[in-house]
Amino acid sequence: MSAPAAVAIEVPRAAARAMTAAPLIDVRDVCVRFGGIVALDCVSFTLPERELLGLIGPNGAGKTTLFNCFSRLYTPVSGDILFEGQSILSRPPHRIADIGIGRTFQNLALFRTMSVLDNVRVGSHPLGRSDFLSNALKLPWTVREEKSLADIAWELIDFLDLGEVAHRRVADLPFGMQKRVELARALAARPKLLLLDEPAGGLNHTEIHGLGELIRRIRDERRVTILLVEHHMSMVMSICDKVVALDFGKKIAEGTPAEVQRNEDVILAYLGTTKK
Amino acid sequence: MMLRRTIETRGPPAAEVAGMATPAWRVIVFVLGIVVLATIPFVLKNFYIFQITLAVIYAIAILGLNLLTGFNGQFSLGHSAFYAIGAYTAAIMMDGFDISYIWTLPAAAMVCFVFGFLFGLPALRLENIYLALATFALAIAIPQVLKSSLVEHWTGGVQGISIIKPDAPFGLPLNSDQWLYVYTILVAVVMYVGAHNLVKSRTGRALIAIRDHPIAASAMGINVSLYKSLTFGVSALYTGVAGALGALAISFVAPDSFTFQLAVALFVGLVVGGVASISGTLFGGLFVLFVPNIAEHFSKGLAGAVYGVILLLVIYLMPTGAAGLVRLIVSRLVQQGRASGR
Ligand SMILES: Nc1ncnc2c1ncn2[C@@H]1O[C@H](COP(=O)(O)OP(=O)(O)O)[C@@H](O)[C@H]1O
Ligand SMILES: [Mg+2]
Repeated sequence: MSAPAAVAIEVPRAAARAMTAAPLIDVRDVCVRFGGIVALDCVSFTLPERELLGLIGPNGAGKTTLFNCFSRLYTPVSGDILFEGQSILSRPPHRIADIGIGRTFQNLALFRTMSVLDNVRVGSHPLGRSDFLSNALKLPWTVREEKSLADIAWELIDFLDLGEVAHRRVADLPFGMQKRVELARALAARPKLLLLDEPAGGLNHTEIHGLGELIRRIRDERRVTILLVEHHMSMVMSICDKVVALDFGKKIAEGTPAEVQRNEDVILAYLGTTKK
Repeated sequence: MMLRRTIETRGPPAAEVAGMATPAWRVIVFVLGIVVLATIPFVLKNFYIFQITLAVIYAIAILGLNLLTGFNGQFSLGHSAFYAIGAYTAAIMMDGFDISYIWTLPAAAMVCFVFGFLFGLPALRLENIYLALATFALAIAIPQVLKSSLVEHWTGGVQGISIIKPDAPFGLPLNSDQWLYVYTILVAVVMYVGAHNLVKSRTGRALIAIRDHPIAASAMGINVSLYKSLTFGVSALYTGVAGALGALAISFVAPDSFTFQLAVALFVGLVVGGVASISGTLFGGLFVLFVPNIAEHFSKGLAGAVYGVILLLVIYLMPTGAAGLVRLIVSRLVQQGRASGR
């Protein structure tokens, strides 16, 4: 398997949008309830291919809940989520990565006892075909498969500057590095859509600066469409094409970063209280 | 950059290098192991050959348990059941149907795989301690089932089944104990190589990922339920093959050889050998076989107490099992070697 092109071909985004009529994701009136709590209340938005959408909102607004609907951990009581025009709601959780949706978790969800390399290789699981028997017998084609999975992992390990620690147990690494491992793992299945749940959470200032740059590069060089949940406003405002704001499960604003930043409801609900 | 990459993909992960033998070490240990194994049948008395055969058989059973518990994080206090099913499959085939002992292992493997898989399916719904309880129920039930009048015709009821020890093939100059030893070692090599390959593969990483974080594993595209029940099947397969080998070695099966005590013994072997360690299971097998004898040697009346004390000592001295201890020692040696080399 070949590594992704090092130099991205810049397709003008407007042209790309015109070529693909249907958006990559189409969230339609999604409602999620937990007992009495309405975690998502008829939320709708679309995201064209190769755009970067920021999803903001105070704690408890329902952002992670929406991600968990994408991951099929939660099922909306009504509404639908379309990916490339197809509903994903009939798919089981383990059949989401293989259609090209990758994610990171708000609270790290790494395989703690495994090395960085192995974590990233687990991320590329959907690209493999081997099973218990062929792996136990180490059939020649599984050896080739292992090699190609390792190549993918190493390319990402280099991309995220994790080469020095590739063989270390992830649990022993500093927090910022663990977050990068999660990112590498989420990219390992070559997703078309990447869901990032508060990637800047817990990082220091320099790390956050590098992260914004990195997210842009992931979109531009790897042609990944990104849905970014983030509290770090200056980062969201500087890198996102579009922003959707949630509050108590409702969409309260949508538009360019500048528009959303000016929105009265958003200021009231969010920026007014926890402005960063 | 490229150079480093090719070197590192070949070497063992540093998570292991930190504590495990360097390749040169491994080769030496491997060659020594082969030499020792090959000389055993010619220098030891038959009884000891038989005992070592049994220890290796237990090791294979413990390896099966380790794939399930150590690598996949599913508990079992009922592996005596799979051992029993393997043993009875072999005994019934040989005694009731006159089938050659050669075929008993693949048959026991298949039967136990299916049984384990089917048991693993509903067990998916159970979390840790409940799963331990369900497997415990299995361990309790099996000896009774084997005795029951419904299946007595095949199982021989309480009496069990006697079978004839196989002789060495091709006119090899080995007595039956020596041959069974050789046969067991050959089977063990296949089983250990298979387990090693499995654990170091895409499938093996999926098993460990499920143990470490099932939700993340499923987000990475791993079919958690399927892998868990297949692991149950494979684990039962290993333990069932061990059971079949055990039946051949002892040339007798009876329900009361496969009580809950055996399940606990396998669990003890797993822990003292090292959770999620493949080579550690060999130590586990030796421990399970010899330590009760040693305890009895100390004091007939207090054998149980002595065994308990030995077990406690082992757990305190090697909290990560024999494999953990070896890893620690080797990493110390490697560090010292580096320090003095500089
Ligand atoms: N599994 C769950 N069970 C019950 N309530 C939940 C669950 N997951 C989320 N919630 C509730 O849904 C609301 C939205 O939560 P969440 O999506 O985590 O918010 P955010 O990620 O925007 O901070 C909160 O009130 C939260 O308590
Ligand atoms: Mg959240």
